[in-house]
This record gives sequence, C-alpha cells and structure tokens, in this order.
Amino acid sequence: MRIRPSTIDKLVRIGFNAQAFFTVSILVVIITIIFFKGFTHVNLEFIFSSPEDMGRQGGIFPSIFGTILLALLSIVFATPLGLGTAIFLTEYTKESAFTKIIRFGVESLAGIPSIIYGLFGFIFFVIKLKMGWSLLSGVLTMTIMILPTIIRTSEEAIKSVPRNLRIVSYSLGATRWETVTKVVLTSAMPGILTGVMLSIGRVVGETAAVIFTMGSSLRLPTSLMDSGRTMAVHFYILAREGISMDKAYATALVLVLSITIINVFAYYIMNKVVSRYS
Amino acid sequence: MDVKIRIENLKASFGKHEILKGITIDVYKNMVTGFMGPSGSGKSTIISILNRMIDFEDGVKMEGRVLLDGIDIIRDVNGVELRKRVGTVFAVPIPLPRSIYENIAYGPRLNNINDKDELDQIIKEGLKKAFLWDEVKDRLNTSALKLSGGQQQRLCLARTLALRPEIILLDEPCSGLDPISTAKIEEALSELKKDYTIILVSNNTKQIARISDYSAFFYIGELIEYGHTDALFTNPKIKKTEDYISGKFG
Repeated sequence: MRIRPSTIDKLVRIGFNAQAFFTVSILVVIITIIFFKGFTHVNLEFIFSSPEDMGRQGGIFPSIFGTILLALLSIVFATPLGLGTAIFLTEYTKESAFTKIIRFGVESLAGIPSIIYGLFGFIFFVIKLKMGWSLLSGVLTMTIMILPTIIRTSEEAIKSVPRNLRIVSYSLGATRWETVTKVVLTSAMPGILTGVMLSIGRVVGETAAVIFTMGSSLRLPTSLMDSGRTMAVHFYILAREGISMDKAYATALVLVLSITIINVFAYYIMNKVVSRYS
Repeated sequence: MDVKIRIENLKASFGKHEILKGITIDVYKNMVTGFMGPSGSGKSTIISILNRMIDFEDGVKMEGRVLLDGIDIIRDVNGVELRKRVGTVFAVPIPLPRSIYENIAYGPRLNNINDKDELDQIIKEGLKKAFLWDEVKDRLNTSALKLSGGQQQRLCLARTLALRPEIILLDEPCSGLDPISTAKIEEALSELKKDYTIILVSNNTKQIARISDYSAFFYIGELIEYGHTDALFTNPKIKKTEDYISGKFG
C-alpha cells in the first residue's frame, strides 16, 4: 500500500514538532530542578558575601567575581586574536597549503578535551612560566581553549557575507581594510557575536581546566596572580565532596541566571547593530 | 573632441583563454559611448579593466595600454585611487545593508567628508541626478533594501555620482529592470553626459541606439566596428555589425 504524500507530510510535521518539544522540555526540566532546589538559598546575602566553613555557610561573591573576571579577560584576549585569524584566512589570503594547515590546526584544537588544555596550562603556565595557580594562568588557558570556536564561527560568519557587497565597496573606492571594517564585519557581526557567546558559555561552565590552572581558592581574587574559584568549580567541589548540596544548587542557579543575563544582553546589543545595518 | 580614455592594443586572458584579442579604441569626453556585443564578446572585461576590479580575479594576464587622460591605468595608477575617479554601476543593483542616506554617503565618507551639511548636499544632488529624490526624500533613513529593484538601481547610480567621478561605467544597468525603471535610468543618463564621460555596456541594441553618442560593437574579444551611433546603426560598414543590430544573432 502506498501512503499518500499529504499523510507523510502530516506525519513528518508531527514528528518534527515532537522533537522540538522534547528538546525544549529537557531544558525546562533542568532549569526547573535547579530553580526549585536552589532558589530558597539564593538571596542578596548569598550573592554578596564570602563563603565560610569551606562553603557550608555564607555566600559566593568571590566565585561570582572570579567567574566574571575569567570570562571577561579570556574573551578580551581571544576575540581580537581569533577574529584577526579569521579575517586573515578569509580576506587576506588565497586558499593554499598554508591556510589548509592553519585550518587543520584550528579544527584539531577544537577537538581536544578541555582537561588536556588544563594539563597543558598547568605544565606550561603554572609550572614552567612560574605563574602559579592564578587568574592569569586560567585566562591564558581559557583563551587557547576558546580560540578555535571564535575562529571557526567568525570565519563562517565572514564567509557568509555576500561577495557582491565587497565588490560594491571596492568599486566605491574603499581599500581592503575599509571594506573589511565597514562592510564585512558589520554584516558578519551577529555570527561573530554568537561565537563569542558560545565561548563565554564554555569558560563559565568549565571546571577541569580551571581547577588545574586558576586553582580553587575561596578568597576574592584581587590581582592577576591570585588564585580563585569560579562558580562552576565551586559547585563541583561542594557537590563532589558533599560539603553542602543546598549551597551547590544555589550556586548552580546563580550560574544559570548569569548566563541567561549575558545572553539576553548580548542579543540586545546584536539587535541594535543589526537594525542599524539593514 | 577630447579623448578621455585611449585603449591601445589591449589584450587580456584568463589562464589559456584569451578574452580580449587586441582592442584599440578612443572614448570621448562628456559623451555616452555604448559597448554592445553578444555575451563572451569581452565588453564586461574591458569595464573591469577600466575600474581595475579585474585585480580581484585570479590568473589574469594583460597586455597593451589603457590611458586615462594620458596616464596608463594598468601600470601607473593605484586601483583604489582610480576607483574614486571611475564610478561603476553593476548589472544587479547591490545596495549596502544600511539606510538610503548611508548608502550614498559611503563613498564621500571614505574621502573623509563627514560634514553633515556637505553630505546632505551631496546626497540630495546625487538622488536628484538619478531621478530618485522625489520618491525617497521623506525616508532617507529607511533601509535601502526596502526599495524596489528599479529604485535600488537608481540608488546605486546616485551612490556612484556621490563619488563625483569623471567617468561612469554602467555594466548592463537595466538588464533586470522593467521598462518604466529602464526609461528613468535612460532619462538620467541623457542628463548626466553633460558632466561625465559615460560608458554604457548593454545587450540591448535599441537602448544603445537611444542614448549613446558613439557605439562600439564587440565580437569574441575583438572590436568589429566603432563610430557615431547614427552612422553605425543606419549604415553599418561590416556585415557582422549589421547582422547583430538587426537581431540576426545575439
């Protein structure tokens, strides 16, 4: 028996709807669990005070601060470097063995598990360069870790800018650099920002590589050479060592909320940029 | 009559494929010169040499000379500087993804013209010359992407005019446009030739006949016939030209 095309169409639609629903419901379940387990312990005091008794009491302010610093500095280092590489690969060179080697390197880096970055950071930055367990070691390690993501997403975003726009820009007397900055990057901005957002997510959620390089000190980091503990690491230690599941879930909730806030803020900026250039 | 562009024995090839086989032609100042010929005749290649956009293609070899006011633009002129003097309107309208105003301001801003009054003046002037001012004067800050195809092409013309170029190259500017938009572009061009040297590439022989002062017929990389438009269309000297303008091939 042959199934009618319109029936297949309906079945496919139901199937896709079910998949979309499934995906969203996983997210809802996770957030709901974290929310209900955590929200009774989250209050202003939890956010703005320091932990006591290994985190059984008190708040997580040093961890929030450390997380923000780590993410911010890693992005500040990795974005210009990654974007520069992407611009070089797409706008300033022709496809050659050289660009293929760079791309191969980038893709290989992207596939390395984060614990390996952590190990490298420990051996190279912490020991060899004598930076110790510090914010700086963490930032440099995270920079290397997120670089492939930023390069790849920026490159794709830049490639998706129509060639015609570059042609027009050149025809109006623009140099290559003027064309890149005024036309290509403004059009590629949403894609580039997506890569940056993904990278922030990776840094904020990273544990293994951070423990190895930035350490897990509970004190507030006040210089680049201080150790510190990010929220993800704090959560991991609280849960792993059975210190306090309540505080662990509260930390997780703050972590999820801060990622949400960063995302909303970034998309707000992106929409402003997009509406200006369309 | 002053010669604005003198092309001398210009040859160009992509790899082993010879596109131009030795073109020699004088283009006169403040005239509209029509380049016509079937596809593959090399007319668009000449355009991309005149604005040096050919620099962005791989594997091109060129011989001969192209003199703009007596200076060889292939060897002695920087491409970026050249394109500030030689404006181009392409076959497809390509608005930049920004407002009508900012599209036209793009070129002047590259030349460090940032004064609001001066920009306003340049933009108004360009839009008027391109016969678009009346249609868009109340919405200069809306996106250029919202304009119709015909309006977009006139915007591109206005954007080119804002460069205040000496030469305007139009590479089949009406190929995707309806008859009314085409008529508006042609009307604009007839006015513009007072101030600019214009080269119009077109497959549409009737359009060339309507607005060109001089016409050139190219065929597979060679210039077959060149002369005053009236003479060329009423009394072509070469059989191939006659066949082409009478529509026997195209």
